[in-house]
Amino acid sequence: MDILIYGIINSIALALMALGFALVYGISRVPNFAHGALYVITGFITWSLLRTLGLNYLISIVLALIIIGVVSALIYQFALIRVRGMAISEIIASYAIGLAILEGLRWGGFKGTTYTLPVFIEGTINIGDVPVDLHRLLVVAIGGAVVILLWLFTHYTRIGLALRGMAQDERAVLMLGIDSDIMALVAMAAGGMLAGLAGIVLLPLGNIVVEKGYDVLIQAIAVCIVGGLGSWMGAVLAAFLIGFAQILTTVYLGSHFQMVVALLAIILTLILRPSGLFGKQKELEERV
Amino acid sequence: MNIEQRRKERLDRGIKVRTDGLYALMSWRELSYLTLPRLVLIVGMLTLPFIMPSMYWQRVISIVCIYALLAMSFDFLAHFVGLVSLGGALFIGVGGYLAAIMNTYFGMPPLLTIPIATVVGAGICTLFLLPCLPLRGVYFAIVSLMYPLALARVIEALDILGGTDGIMGIESFGNRWVEQYFVILMVLLFLFGARRLVNLDIGLVFRAVKDNDQAVRASGMSITFYKAVAVFIASAMGCMGGASLVHIYMWSGISLLALDFSILPIAATVIGGAGTLVGPVLGCLILVPISELLRAFGTLRIVFYSLILVAFIVFRSEGIMVYGQRKYHQFERWVKI
Repeated sequence: MDILIYGIINSIALALMALGFALVYGISRVPNFAHGALYVITGFITWSLLRTLGLNYLISIVLALIIIGVVSALIYQFALIRVRGMAISEIIASYAIGLAILEGLRWGGFKGTTYTLPVFIEGTINIGDVPVDLHRLLVVAIGGAVVILLWLFTHYTRIGLALRGMAQDERAVLMLGIDSDIMALVAMAAGGMLAGLAGIVLLPLGNIVVEKGYDVLIQAIAVCIVGGLGSWMGAVLAAFLIGFAQILTTVYLGSHFQMVVALLAIILTLILRPSGLFGKQKELEERV
Repeated sequence: MNIEQRRKERLDRGIKVRTDGLYALMSWRELSYLTLPRLVLIVGMLTLPFIMPSMYWQRVISIVCIYALLAMSFDFLAHFVGLVSLGGALFIGVGGYLAAIMNTYFGMPPLLTIPIATVVGAGICTLFLLPCLPLRGVYFAIVSLMYPLALARVIEALDILGGTDGIMGIESFGNRWVEQYFVILMVLLFLFGARRLVNLDIGLVFRAVKDNDQAVRASGMSITFYKAVAVFIASAMGCMGGASLVHIYMWSGISLLALDFSILPIAATVIGGAGTLVGPVLGCLILVPISELLRAFGTLRIVFYSLILVAFIVFRSEGIMVYGQRKYHQFERWVKI
């Protein structure tokens, strides 16, 4: 029972982490290796707004999300846009930006156990006979809401439809008069905000530490690969697969193996079904 | 309307054209034009241990050479085969741990452990990376980024191979001159070897894999096989570096899988000149000593490399070596249009 409940929670958490990466990659084909850094830095921004400026929790969350959106847009506009389409440079540039943020934070002294965000709601509740704290339930609710909102956004708004069109065929979109650079900028900002949201929602469950940046990046990528790079619904489904696998290994082997699970999931996917669960559309493109 | 009325024209120097072929042997001048840059590098590398002021800086030379091996392997993979490896630390780690195990558990001397670690380690790394080789795109970068992180976790969690303390008591080279000249010679050997290799037939296939894999496939060659060969060669360079490193430090631990080994070679390659194979070595000669000087700043160094890296790759993706080659081989003049 507790495996089931915590598996669902962990899966939703993974889905939250991965959606930002999947969004950016799906739309602009830029693998955003700075994803984990954006996740962590949002936590620190919220912390600073909350603790040093003494703002209201909700206000600082909203402000932090706006800041991270602007920051990712700036990263795209000033660095990534120039290397877009050059696979080698894209990877190196985004990875280096992520590293600079993470290691800069570490150098700036943001480490240790002093940095924690408060949980949204205190208290625990028993489901069956398993105690679950309310914050974790909130994570599930927020995760579900984000997935549904994203779906609605990409199916019923003009920008969302443009983004989806761009994910399918950039040239066709250009011919229809949609500026693909602006759309990629929007996607990057939205991806950064999703990473930030995941950070804000998930970081209260533990300390804010720099190392999480690498973990999150890797887990997000693992989810995206298993689900098929660029496929959002595949990412959600894959999050459940990996989430349960991780909970099972944590219960039976130990929590150190979470990253190994992610790695094995990637390797197995690449061997068995390289385009991922739902990557059918791009299958021909990626398989040599 | 303010349009440039002139543009820069670049022409190959006559001597460059003449020395491209067999005619290079015609005169001393042309011979020296060809050999001078190479000789400067070789002689410079060989005299480095003598001009270094202290033991400490001599040690830095060895570290430079190890990073240079790694950077060459990155350059080879990225710009000749089209595989971006974000996990140089994997090669160092595998090579280093293999050498450490062979030396401490089986008592083999460095003379044996280094070659074995190079070949076996390269095999292991190739096996590790094999699943992502049939695919195009970012998979190789992702998987190679994950391996060092995951391996460090596994070693920590299972407490194998010395756990967090690492393996101590590894035999050193014995003599610091032997140590330095060994790594310097290895760098030169791999450098000229790799330069030769990319001009052989197999090197052509590698570049074809990078530029147009479908054409390679249409020629009846297995892309996966050639990529595996390339990964084997590149990881051999890295594993050799790792094996030498543990014998230099006489210690092997999780820090072999640290981020420094992944990011510095990339920065060195980008600064030195991508796709030249000499460039990465030059880049390491510049970056590693700077990084030693900045040792007091701790992780700020990684920030520093990363920012340099972003700046170079985004704004000036040429690199020192490409610039130098252009100046050496070509002359420029303004022409009216």
